[in-house]
Amino acid sequence: MDIHTKLDIGQHPDSRFHPQAMNQALPSFALEIRGLAKNFEHPAVDGLDLRVRTGEFYTLLGPNGAGKTTTLRMVVGLLKPDRGSITVFGIDASADPVGVKKAVAWLSDEPMIYDKLTPMEYLHFVAGLWAVESGLAEARARDLIGWLGLEAHAHDRCEGLSKGMRQKMALAGALMHDPRLIILDEPFTGLDAGSARLVKRVLRERIQAGCSVIMTTHILDVAERMADRIGVMIAGRLLAEGNLEELRRQAGAGDASLEDTFLALVETGTAERTVAA
Amino acid sequence: MSRAGTISWFAYHEWRLAWRDWLWLMSGRRWSRRRVVLGLIAIALFLHGFAYLVLYQSADLSRPPDKRMLVMLTGTLALYGSMMLSQAMEAVTRAFYGRGDLDLILSSPVAVWRLFAVRIGAIAVTIAAMSLALAAPFINILAWFSGLRWLAAYGVIVALAMVTVAVAVMLTVGLFRTIGPKHTRLCAQIVAAVMGASFVIGVQLAAILSYGTPSRVAFLQSEAVTRYAPDSGSIMWLPARAILGDMLALVVVSGISAIMLAATICIFAPRFGQLALATAGVSGNPIRRGRRSSCFRRTWPSRALRGKEWTLLQRDPWLMSQILMQLLYLLPPAFILWRSFRDDSGVATLLVPILIIAAGQLAGGLAWLAVSGEDAPDLIASAPVTNACVLRAKTEAVMGAIAIVFGPFVVALAVVAPISALVTVVGVATAAASATFIQFWFRVQAKRSHFRRRQTSSRIATYAEALSSCSWAGAGGLAAASSWLATIPGLIALAVVTGAWIISPAKSTPRSALRSFVGRARSLAS
Repeated sequence: MDIHTKLDIGQHPDSRFHPQAMNQALPSFALEIRGLAKNFEHPAVDGLDLRVRTGEFYTLLGPNGAGKTTTLRMVVGLLKPDRGSITVFGIDASADPVGVKKAVAWLSDEPMIYDKLTPMEYLHFVAGLWAVESGLAEARARDLIGWLGLEAHAHDRCEGLSKGMRQKMALAGALMHDPRLIILDEPFTGLDAGSARLVKRVLRERIQAGCSVIMTTHILDVAERMADRIGVMIAGRLLAEGNLEELRRQAGAGDASLEDTFLALVETGTAERTVAA
Repeated sequence: MSRAGTISWFAYHEWRLAWRDWLWLMSGRRWSRRRVVLGLIAIALFLHGFAYLVLYQSADLSRPPDKRMLVMLTGTLALYGSMMLSQAMEAVTRAFYGRGDLDLILSSPVAVWRLFAVRIGAIAVTIAAMSLALAAPFINILAWFSGLRWLAAYGVIVALAMVTVAVAVMLTVGLFRTIGPKHTRLCAQIVAAVMGASFVIGVQLAAILSYGTPSRVAFLQSEAVTRYAPDSGSIMWLPARAILGDMLALVVVSGISAIMLAATICIFAPRFGQLALATAGVSGNPIRRGRRSSCFRRTWPSRALRGKEWTLLQRDPWLMSQILMQLLYLLPPAFILWRSFRDDSGVATLLVPILIIAAGQLAGGLAWLAVSGEDAPDLIASAPVTNACVLRAKTEAVMGAIAIVFGPFVVALAVVAPISALVTVVGVATAAASATFIQFWFRVQAKRSHFRRRQTSSRIATYAEALSSCSWAGAGGLAAASSWLATIPGLIALAVVTGAWIISPAKSTPRSALRSFVGRARSLAS
């Protein structure tokens, strides 16, 4: 079977992966961040305002240390903000963190899996954490294992899997509870071209099914091709936001590539910051 | 600075790494040398005090050596040697399998045998230093009481370290050649662990069989052992004579040990490069099949968490071996229990504190694995379950494992001494819960593979865990003997646990949770 046909999950008729959200009226914003701040020894996130629309693919770009991962970790509940508010589908993350977590999936560049469990056992465990009904969980696990091309390793312990396969496993785990908002931090790190394409297709399918996706990446080509909107962060603040055209305008970069636009924005932002300091 | 690639250059490199590693172990990442020194002085004073208490009532050790003293000293040396051998095998295995800088050095054009010669020597130095540190208080007190001749024991300990490292290298290389690089690591670690415990346990079992007491001293000083031991002039007593200040014996023992170590280095150092390369192919993770059953049972978060903890534990043979090592020390109590069925001697009461202290230690290790050794903390933290639910599930996983291990002991004890069994149940549960809570309060994210170094995560947690287990054991032992004095160690244990909570980093969390709970309750009431 041609891999594209096999993995064309956008046309998959199975309703198991249509988010609950499809059947109900969702707020217009999947994520709303207001005045978010987090200090470590220096401000990592500094009064950030950010909105991601429901059904949108949003990519956060920024140089190392810009505060992208810190922001996303606060959204998922892995870090406590110093100030500011986070609302996911209208749910206040500080008031109802469990409610937010039910709707969100988190995938970091370091796959969060257990070496001594097999992929099927791992998915069973994740289903237990999100209290997914057993029959549905088993069917989803089979689908995910199949879609991600992991059938041959479904009963091997994860310790023997390659980095790419581990990342795909982690993605499968993230999709187990049918999240409405998927948050990914550098999901393409260590993936080969085939696996990266596969992950992109899965994410695109989730968007088509009504999910929202927020992703950080340093691969600008991926951001350019996949994102509806791109945010550029520097020093814990949002420097620019919009689609490629809008970013070009903000950078005054004519019809430059995203890479040139991004570098121009970062240069401007760094210079402004230096002057302000 | 010596020329690059020479033995002295490698020795300096290894020394620098070992020194920094040791400082890190002592100070927990903080470079406060003053605190380290002050801490070491305090420990040294404490150990000298302990040695004084142990030795001041001993028989006259300045008398000329008789056979009984030679047996006692040789037995003690064998005991010490078995533990040193265990440590040496661990260290040699790490030298083979620890990748660290090996890939860098093996890919460089230097003569690798020099590095391994230095590393084997460094292992001998480390083992000698550790053993001397432990033995020094006793040697010093003996020298103070019974004459300076006892200082020769320092030389014997160094000689013993050289012999044990030589034997450890030979054993590990032998294992490597016999069962191959794939299985040697685990096998060597288990062999090392068993060796470390076997002599202690063996002597205890013999003592229980002969005298109904687990005392090693009583066994080594018994008439029977003395009668069957070789004559005082036997070569077997050379190390003991060396300890007692016989300079000729000391020279012979030291000379033989140094020749053994030098020969081992000369023979095996050039081969270590190939052996280390062979381990590279197996240091990755082999593919292992799990259960094929893919039937998803109905589950919920706490059950999923409990099941996950037990499965991970079952599937990690190294961790299992480390944990089961703690259980090896339960063999003598089990033996006492078995004897108690035959003669109703009331000795079963002795088991209560042993079981309680073992439960506390085991629970501490398991709780560390479940809490600090969580492989996917972000996954758990991003799941829609409350912290309380996660902590409850993990506590249940720990307590379940404790129940499985100690249940049979309690049942057997209940047949012999029901009151002792009841006290044991309460004591085991309390000690295990205390150790588990202390691990929760002082949790620091770490890798499961750092299990053996978990003490470095928080020294306060380690001391508090040990102290609470000992105090609960004391309370249990006295309660089993129907003494009201049990309240004193019980109160001490409570104070230790409370003190640990007060100074723990987690203290603020329960308070805020409590405030939140009270706030919600008030709003509901209004």
